[in-house]
Amino acid sequence: MAVSSAQTNGQSRRAHEPHVSSPAQLIGIFAALLALTGVTVAAAEFPFGDLDVYVALAIAGVKAFLVAAYFMHLKYDHPLNAVLLVFSIVLVVLFLGVTLSDTTQLAPEVQAAAEASAASP
Amino acid sequence: MIAEAQLSQGPAPHADETFRAHHFETAEQQFAAAKLGMWLFLVTEVLFFSGLFVAYAVFRVLHPEVFVNSAALLDTKLGAINTVILLFSSLTMAWAVRCSQLGQQRGLVLCLSLTIAAAVAFLGVKGIEYAHKWHEGHLWASQYGGPQAGETFDRAGSFFSVYFAMTGLHAVHIIAGIAAIGWLLKRSLRGDFSPAYYTPVDVVGLYWHLVDLVWIFLFPLLYLVG
Repeated sequence: MAVSSAQTNGQSRRAHEPHVSSPAQLIGIFAALLALTGVTVAAAEFPFGDLDVYVALAIAGVKAFLVAAYFMHLKYDHPLNAVLLVFSIVLVVLFLGVTLSDTTQLAPEVQAAAEASAASP
Repeated sequence: MIAEAQLSQGPAPHADETFRAHHFETAEQQFAAAKLGMWLFLVTEVLFFSGLFVAYAVFRVLHPEVFVNSAALLDTKLGAINTVILLFSSLTMAWAVRCSQLGQQRGLVLCLSLTIAAAVAFLGVKGIEYAHKWHEGHLWASQYGGPQAGETFDRAGSFFSVYFAMTGLHAVHIIAGIAAIGWLLKRSLRGDFSPAYYTPVDVVGLYWHLVDLVWIFLFPLLYLVG
């Protein structure tokens, strides 16, 4: 009886058992990251044309996911921490997307204005 | 499996009250708060670096040919070596967290030392690259004096401004990381950490992995996509 109550007590005390990564998992993730680095270097030799950037970003995205989910323990962590990271990525995409659409929309006008000011004395 | 067995025999996680600040109810609450705080800091770091990534994207959209030609002037082999070094340091850092969770003192000291060694090696390779760029005149903005200066390459300085700003800011983060991991090493040699208290190792580890994450994007964008 005493033993079982000690066990229950022990279990409740360990409600938030931290996740300990196994050596196999750590080395597996490291090997995957190395392999993907090889893939991205090899892919750069391959002429994808305008898709180059997107291929490189996609591979980097997979690597980033592996680091965040396993090395940074997000997969096993309180979900709020993962939500924060996703939130920051959403903001970066907004920042990048809006700035780029602005740049490409206005580029011809900026070009025309620069030529006009160069032409006038 | 071994890990779990060792853990269930040792002291409960976050049971060490030695370093608990008075405004926390429990050491576990302090651990969760410290982690949340570090993640909030990492969010600001992501946004901090994103300013430079946006600058990169705008320059690239406006002058794609400059980026293609200038990126060829970077040494892909050195960049790839640094990528491997940094990935290795992330592995040793993640392993350091494991050692601290399991109370493996010698393993913790070894892993932290390896992480610092890798960080210093990264800066060494970076130093070789910077010295080479300096020698060749591949510098930022108007300081650019490479062989193709003034020809089709007259905006190469823009590329190297972005290159030096991004890799320079990243290198500053590496230096800060070496200081933080050095502090962990000092505390681990003193025996501060145990399965019952390893918050600093975990939290500095998160920072170190973010530095690795930034490089994961910098390497292909600067060295490869060209």
